[in-house]
Amino acid sequence: MLSVANAEPPVTRIQTQTGFVFSWRMLWRDWRGGELRILAIALIIAVTSVTAVSFFIDRVERGLNQQATELIAADLVISSSRKINHDYIQMAKQRGLTLAQTTQFRSVAVANDKPQLVEVKAVSDGYPIRGELRIADAPYEKDRATQAIPKRGEVWVEPRLLQSLDLKVGDAIHLGARTFSISQVLVYEPDRGGDMFSVAPRVLMNADDVAATRLITTGALVNHRLLIGGTASAINDYRRYLKQRLQPGERLLSVKEGRPELRSALERAQRFLGLAALISVLLAGVAVATAARRFAQRHLDTSAMLRCLGATQRNIIRMFSLEMLWLALLASSVGCVLGLLTQLGITRILDQLLLISLPAPSFRPVILGYATGVILLLGFALPPLLALKNVPPLRVLRRDQTGAPVRAGLVYLGVLLSMGVLLYWQIGELRLVSYVMVGMLATLLVLALGAFGLIKLMNRLRQRVGVAWRFGLANIARRPGSSVIQIVAFGLGIMVLLLLSTVRNDLLNDWRHSLPPDAPNHFLINVQPDQVAAIQKFFDQQGVAEPRLYPMVRARLMKINGRTVSTDDYESDRAKHMVTREFNLSWAASPQVDNTIVAGKWWDKTDYGKSLLSLEARLADTLHIKLNDTVSFDINGTLSKFRVSNLREVDWDTFHINFFTVVPPGVLEKDPASWVTSLYLNSEQKGQLGQLVKRFPNVTVIDVAAIMDRVRSIMDRVVMAVEFIFLFTLLAGLAVLYAAIQANQDERRFESAVLRTLGARRPVLLRGLIAEFITLGALAGLLAGLAATALAWVLAVQVFHFPYQFNLNVGLVGIAVGVIIVGLAGVLGTRTVLTQPPVVSLRQSV
Amino acid sequence: MGSQQSAFVQAIQLGKRVTTSEGPLTILDDINFSISTGTSVAVLGASGSGKTTLLGLLAGLDVPTEGQVFINGHDLGALDEDGRALLRAETIGFVFQNFQLLTGLTALENVMLPLELAGATNPRSLATDLLDRVGLGDRLTHYPNQLSGGEQQRCAIARAFAAQPQLLFADEPTGNLDQQTGKRIIDLLFSLNREQGTTLIMATHDESLAEHCDRRLHLDGGRLVNPAEVISDVGC
Repeated sequence: MLSVANAEPPVTRIQTQTGFVFSWRMLWRDWRGGELRILAIALIIAVTSVTAVSFFIDRVERGLNQQATELIAADLVISSSRKINHDYIQMAKQRGLTLAQTTQFRSVAVANDKPQLVEVKAVSDGYPIRGELRIADAPYEKDRATQAIPKRGEVWVEPRLLQSLDLKVGDAIHLGARTFSISQVLVYEPDRGGDMFSVAPRVLMNADDVAATRLITTGALVNHRLLIGGTASAINDYRRYLKQRLQPGERLLSVKEGRPELRSALERAQRFLGLAALISVLLAGVAVATAARRFAQRHLDTSAMLRCLGATQRNIIRMFSLEMLWLALLASSVGCVLGLLTQLGITRILDQLLLISLPAPSFRPVILGYATGVILLLGFALPPLLALKNVPPLRVLRRDQTGAPVRAGLVYLGVLLSMGVLLYWQIGELRLVSYVMVGMLATLLVLALGAFGLIKLMNRLRQRVGVAWRFGLANIARRPGSSVIQIVAFGLGIMVLLLLSTVRNDLLNDWRHSLPPDAPNHFLINVQPDQVAAIQKFFDQQGVAEPRLYPMVRARLMKINGRTVSTDDYESDRAKHMVTREFNLSWAASPQVDNTIVAGKWWDKTDYGKSLLSLEARLADTLHIKLNDTVSFDINGTLSKFRVSNLREVDWDTFHINFFTVVPPGVLEKDPASWVTSLYLNSEQKGQLGQLVKRFPNVTVIDVAAIMDRVRSIMDRVVMAVEFIFLFTLLAGLAVLYAAIQANQDERRFESAVLRTLGARRPVLLRGLIAEFITLGALAGLLAGLAATALAWVLAVQVFHFPYQFNLNVGLVGIAVGVIIVGLAGVLGTRTVLTQPPVVSLRQSV
Repeated sequence: MGSQQSAFVQAIQLGKRVTTSEGPLTILDDINFSISTGTSVAVLGASGSGKTTLLGLLAGLDVPTEGQVFINGHDLGALDEDGRALLRAETIGFVFQNFQLLTGLTALENVMLPLELAGATNPRSLATDLLDRVGLGDRLTHYPNQLSGGEQQRCAIARAFAAQPQLLFADEPTGNLDQQTGKRIIDLLFSLNREQGTTLIMATHDESLAEHCDRRLHLDGGRLVNPAEVISDVGC
């Protein structure tokens, strides 16, 4: 007796079980069968890269918010290029607010006869009002918080100053006319946060010592700050008082405004890293779509059988959709955890640049991670899976029945929509989203066309190579669609890495070579009028061609054509910045050699003493100033009106001193001016700078090379962080390769079985596989090299205007990377084709 | 019509035409018969005679261009695809020439599949019992490619009977098996069929196999060659 005869009759309706429980079972079975691995891997790569960036940005953002008061070391700050108005201080005192003052400027510190550019900050008692200073007894020793500030005659310095001048705590250091003793190592300073890219080390001193240094002279570039603390209502009240009275050049910094420069840097980082992560997501999407097509193909029989067993079309869609949803959620969970770990890597790389302590990661990026996983899988995988509902149950009797395929248009629409949603999430601006999408599609199209051309070209070689290579090349040529996708996916990853490594260095070197060898490498600023002749003589004695010094008078832009200028008049950030900054007016009898007059004419002797103005053409364009317009400046408290008599184009790359605004001789000579110059010093002459600084303590020497080195080391770190994110692009490229290999695996097995039955030995087949993947890798690398070179050329010639030297190595490195990675991964991915006995392959294909 | 009520399966003027590049092609033409509950029927005919098409139409896997099919009193033509799917889930089982086991699932999971779809409460134990019954009790966790042809077909038979269908279609069930294995399979099929009182419709070109059946329908060029006999058989 059959045991089932006694069993309860099966429930006669297909229940909701086909949903949840059944889809879980299907998930487990498909996973075990290896059907879902590549989908899961692609999803994990995408979610990891997105969440890593998101965790990092989120932590920095929240760090900024939590430490907002600390970031300005007060509740409210008045920042000014002139001494803080005494009335402001009086009014604040009357309101019972806590006050402290800081004065910041660049200068040159000298020790052991070596000069070093430093950023001096002189602070008064009570600094900082919010947050705290942290100091240590020696570099890299345990630090501690302190309420004190440096005593008179002492300075606290950053460790890197000790390093560069070969000093230790207790040593002496010269600043201007005064010698200081280094009493502590400065580890943390709350309002340093914004100076993410500060080029010179900090020296913290007592405000009462500033005068003795004699560093603050007429026209010196100084930032004065009044730090204010108090209750919220008192601060608000005081802010209202100030708003009415603030002059151009005076700026309010508050918790609400935070540090705008840091915010905008963060915003740019968010967009850039977000887009970088998105490229990985898109490639992962390609892998998902490829893998999903194979999944659907292999589930035709399952679907037909399920239909035959009574499942409806809705059951099928529901089941597969749920299965995909579970997969998306599981893979996203893994991706989120990996993203969290990866983020630690980025944080570590950028740690020194951030200068704020980061709070623990929040939950927000996790939501983005899951959303990415679900959108990616549903957007890219669902269209091919939807086709499964169309499988006719008759397929169980007639295997040629596959049902109406899902229209390609539907697939692409799904892909485009998902891409749009993800981009919008990352960018948040609809117009920019459409630009980026069009740009990305155009890039992909160009790369795809390039790949297609290369494949066609390669196919012509087939007749000239041996059987293994012919087989390998034939495999690439006969699946052109799949080959193009693989080449583009890999090419994109390699291209980005080439751009970030080889090409970036090439560009920097080319730019450096584009400068004449004797291009100025030092700037001298803050030279007083009575020092001009002495300094010229000093350099003459050192054998340096007597430098030309230029006068400059500080001025504020007040009116254009009689109308008071305001930031509200302009849309662009550059224009807004220009109207609030201080201008340096210079005078000259003739234009500099690297200047070209593009409108109007330069003055002659008859114009000396007239209120004429020569404007740099780009500045005039930014501020909408035309020839013969009148422009009024506040110079030392007096309003002076000038007529724009000519516009100049300036080649700023020469490193010569140049000015936005120049007037004829005989106009500004009576106003307080300081002088500046730029000059080229060889290493021997450079050694004499210590003497110069000792003799003229107020003069600040800026070593361009040192600044460039610092900028470069900062750039290296940022690039490293970006490369870290782009590694995921390469991984996503690998996922595409594996998905493509899997998609053709059955076909490969069958062909290899046929070839082996016909007598081909395994080494021949292996050589064929090696040939195929080495060629794919080489093509991807070549395409990447070409694209990276083209981009570099555009950047150099069109954007930065210097000649670009083509570097053959870029292509060679690209090809080598492609051959090694794709060759290895491809052969590893297909090796089972060789190990499986041919009889098994042939039997399975029946 | 009284005959319709007592018949479990009935075909009335059933026809299937398709359009090819060389013009319309008639695969089945004017097929009429009825089969009462518990009967086993062999559909005989050479390759291309229309056996598989007829099975597809009777099972509701395909739709006719003419005529009607009634299963247990339900007009298949009046049901949409989902309705036919439901009817299949409730009433019909299949055994195929090429077994049609899902390669990614073990023997046990293949047999569990219809039970799970029908929402049975204990699919695992039911499927285990059935596999035991067909002699595969020690091969539960084996995948189809680890089973011989005969074992695969036994597994497919266990799957077909799992949901206790009232009507079983078998399409050349021994077509891919050697004679000896084929004989064992047929014995198994018919013994289960008798035990469950299932109505069996089997397409085959093997006369000796057809002899196991209560009745035989001969197809030739898409038409029944003994229509009079078939119609007179109604209700037996």
